[in-house]
Amino acid sequence: MVYENPDGVMIGLEIHVQLNKLKSKMFCGCSTDYHDAEPNTHTCPVCLGLPGALPVLNREVVKAAIKVGLALEGEIAEETQFHRKNYFYPDLPRGFQTTQYDYPIVSKGKVVIEGEDGEHEVGIWRAHMEDDPGKLVHIGSIEKSKGVLIDYNRSGMPLIETVTAPDMRSPKEARRFLDKFRNILEYLDVFDGNLEGAMRMDANVSVYGGTRVEVKNISSHKGVEKALLYEIMRQKNVIRRGGEITQETRHFDEARGVTIGMRTKEEAEDYRYFREPDLMPMKVSDWTPKIKETLPELPDAKRARFIEQYGIADMHAKALTSKIMLADFYEGVCKKGTDPKQAATWIADVLLGELNYRDLVISSYDGSTIGCINDKDHSIANSTRVADMVDLVALFTDGKISDRAAVEVIRTILDGEEEKTPLQVIEEKGLFKAEDDLVTKAVAEAITENEAAVQDYLGGAEKSLNFLVGQVMKKTKGTADAKTAREMLVKELKG
Amino acid sequence: MTAKWMSVAEIKQKIGESSAEEVTADYLEAIKKSKINGYVTVSDRALEKSKEIDSEGHKGPLAGVPIAIKDNISVQGLPNSCGSRMLENYVPPFNAHVIEKLIEAGAVILGKTNMDEFAMGSSTESSYFGPVLNPWDLERVPGGSSGGSAAVVAAGEAPFALGSDTGGSIRCPASFCGVVGLKPTYGAVSRYGAVAYANSLEQIGPLANNVEDIAVLMDVIAGHDARDSTSVPEEKTDYQAALKDDIKGLKIGVPKEYFGEGISPGVEKAVWDAIHHCEALGASWEEVSMPHTKYALASYYIIAMSEASSNLARFDGTRYGFREAGETWHSLISKTRAEGFGDEVKRRILIGTYALSAGYHDKYYLKALKVRTLVKQDFEKALSKVDVLMAPTMPNPAFKVGEKIEDPLALYLSDVNTVPINLAGVPSMSVPCGFTDGLPVGLQIIGKPFDEPTLLRTAYTFEQNTDYHSRRPPEVA
Ligand SMILES: [Zn+2]
Repeated sequence: MVYENPDGVMIGLEIHVQLNKLKSKMFCGCSTDYHDAEPNTHTCPVCLGLPGALPVLNREVVKAAIKVGLALEGEIAEETQFHRKNYFYPDLPRGFQTTQYDYPIVSKGKVVIEGEDGEHEVGIWRAHMEDDPGKLVHIGSIEKSKGVLIDYNRSGMPLIETVTAPDMRSPKEARRFLDKFRNILEYLDVFDGNLEGAMRMDANVSVYGGTRVEVKNISSHKGVEKALLYEIMRQKNVIRRGGEITQETRHFDEARGVTIGMRTKEEAEDYRYFREPDLMPMKVSDWTPKIKETLPELPDAKRARFIEQYGIADMHAKALTSKIMLADFYEGVCKKGTDPKQAATWIADVLLGELNYRDLVISSYDGSTIGCINDKDHSIANSTRVADMVDLVALFTDGKISDRAAVEVIRTILDGEEEKTPLQVIEEKGLFKAEDDLVTKAVAEAITENEAAVQDYLGGAEKSLNFLVGQVMKKTKGTADAKTAREMLVKELKG
Repeated sequence: MTAKWMSVAEIKQKIGESSAEEVTADYLEAIKKSKINGYVTVSDRALEKSKEIDSEGHKGPLAGVPIAIKDNISVQGLPNSCGSRMLENYVPPFNAHVIEKLIEAGAVILGKTNMDEFAMGSSTESSYFGPVLNPWDLERVPGGSSGGSAAVVAAGEAPFALGSDTGGSIRCPASFCGVVGLKPTYGAVSRYGAVAYANSLEQIGPLANNVEDIAVLMDVIAGHDARDSTSVPEEKTDYQAALKDDIKGLKIGVPKEYFGEGISPGVEKAVWDAIHHCEALGASWEEVSMPHTKYALASYYIIAMSEASSNLARFDGTRYGFREAGETWHSLISKTRAEGFGDEVKRRILIGTYALSAGYHDKYYLKALKVRTLVKQDFEKALSKVDVLMAPTMPNPAFKVGEKIEDPLALYLSDVNTVPINLAGVPSMSVPCGFTDGLPVGLQIIGKPFDEPTLLRTAYTFEQNTDYHSRRPPEVA
């Protein structure tokens, strides 16, 4: 099956990623760990742009950029070259941003995603290094703000901006690209996507090969998908009504789910790029082979290895490798002797499903426990331990608890107010599988007490059997295995 | 006997015999009587600092020796005005690399010297704090932009000083004021803490009454600094070791393009006399050609102004310095820059912005970079045949205050012999080599990259065999 792309949609993305896992900023020694700090406490003459202070390129930033470039299968530059991008803004302490221009550190890469019609390649035009400006903080709401404060803690944070080819053919493909891209960065351990402002995206989109429109500054993957869905609809409607698409930059209103035109002026901004005289080119061609050797296993390779090594289904392997911390958690469980296939089912299908249902995302894994935060309000959620998962799967495979009970245990651990082991939950809730004679007794009682239902069932009403199963479950307080109860009822009634 | 006009060696002897406090007091006394407006700020900590040096028995190479600092080099706790209203009240919270080195060596900072606003000028008339006057003739300019540094050294208000040289800003005032000035090789001295006018061109360097003191100061301030990426990680040079009275066999190149139209006959004669004097001391000379010299001035101004337009963007009234209130941030920044900068600075920002703009970038900025490469090649070629080049520092002696200020182009043209050196990044010195109509003339000695020792040896030999450096301006004596 080939995806026909009926509206001729072409989507390209520009993604700004903060290298927030590095210890110090891009051009000075200030710490990057400012997220919980008082404003303007992580600053120095360099990142405040005081006159006379000079930038010194942090080599770790270059190494991280090369790592990213190699993971994107791109070409790595021979040396670093920086340009100044000149514009005035209060959060920009020097009146220019230090960025790369005609010689980016990475060019011509690619990422293979699961497209509308199977594997689909998205070209990476370039990825370059640049520094982040500070942050404006409005006093009160933006509309009624009495003033603006500036926090320069973010000023000088290292960023990598990645520009893709317009190779995505639907908002879904764009979303999948972003998910995969973020996953790769987390595998490289250069980036924590859960920190505020860690990833910012611009999307450009055109239909029927026409003029392309840019939607700026979207902060989430879901937001990009929504913005693109709206923007494609808008463009199609303009064309349907006989109008023309104008080249413009639009803003995405996340709350209303619409894109809004930002600038009416046609003039392009002139950033007066020129080479940064304060930074000499740094030769890095001999770094690249060494960095390549230390590159970790990437998502696609890990997925293939999981299938091979653990004999699990591709669907499971894909889900488990969709996040490095989850993959590590899975392997942690397997290492304790748990059957890999069972572990895959319980982690990829059940645990992940329960997390998604609660809007929880995995934010940490320390070798024994995965921590989660709520994607909506960023609150910290209950964590899940490797040891608990190992015990739970064992209890289930040994026939001590039913599958329903096992799910109940996972839910209780995720929602409970106190930290509990699976065994504690099972004991407190009486979730051990009921003894057979208890079920037999319940079946007999259900039949004698519900004569009408029995008659209906014997008369051909299958639904009545469900009712009887329900009665058995009620009498055994849910400890019976529903499948077994059904079989026993059928045997009893139909011989 | 007052320490005024003493060499560093003499000052150190005097400190040994009396005290650092007495030496500093002598200079503060001379500054108090000043007629030249050379200082923007006189440090009220200088005397206290000299007492500390005395009581500590500081053993540094400059223990107790006073020094003046150009007002664009950051000294923690002293205003760093850059000759501008914009930074009149800006006090840096950190020391420039060279200041750290000076403090380590025990130097006593007397104060900050007047300069053309943001180092943009060749006369020190564009300072917000009024022009500096030439000690040799108080109606004339001291040159620029380090006019304050050169003038206070010439007037005996500091034994030596630091300046900065983007297109001649050390050598021009050295020439006009009859003192010695060195623009080091690009990368020899850290620029950390010096407020940038045009980063790819400028260096901090010394001004003094004699060549030896230049070497003494270079031994303190030069060397690698990890905070300046353009600072070159070379083995440390011993500058004072180069001070030998011997230029036998030295090959001098004389670039004919540096004696072009408009050169004053008095300057031309003094410089040729100096070259012949060197010949008599055992050197030989030959004419060399540097064909791209005529394009250097245009290339220099385009590059310098382009870089300046970006470097000065940070002065927006948001974080520090002058601020003119506005209804919105945009009106605040435009009013701040309209009121905070002087005309010459605004002129250069506008031209630089224009030269970098889309549509003009290739025509001006890119072309200027190509010319820069050709100028650099001229130097490589010429200096492959000879050891040093000799030429007039300035084509004319000091002009009158106000004479050229209304004609920026005439002022730019006077930099014709100094700017090519900054484009090439090579080291260059100006040493006193005579007088014309009672005004000092400077001989420019240009060398190979990081070959300051040969420059110092040449200048030292010339100085040992002449007496121009020991003449003092009568009006301030
Ligand atoms: Zn910093």
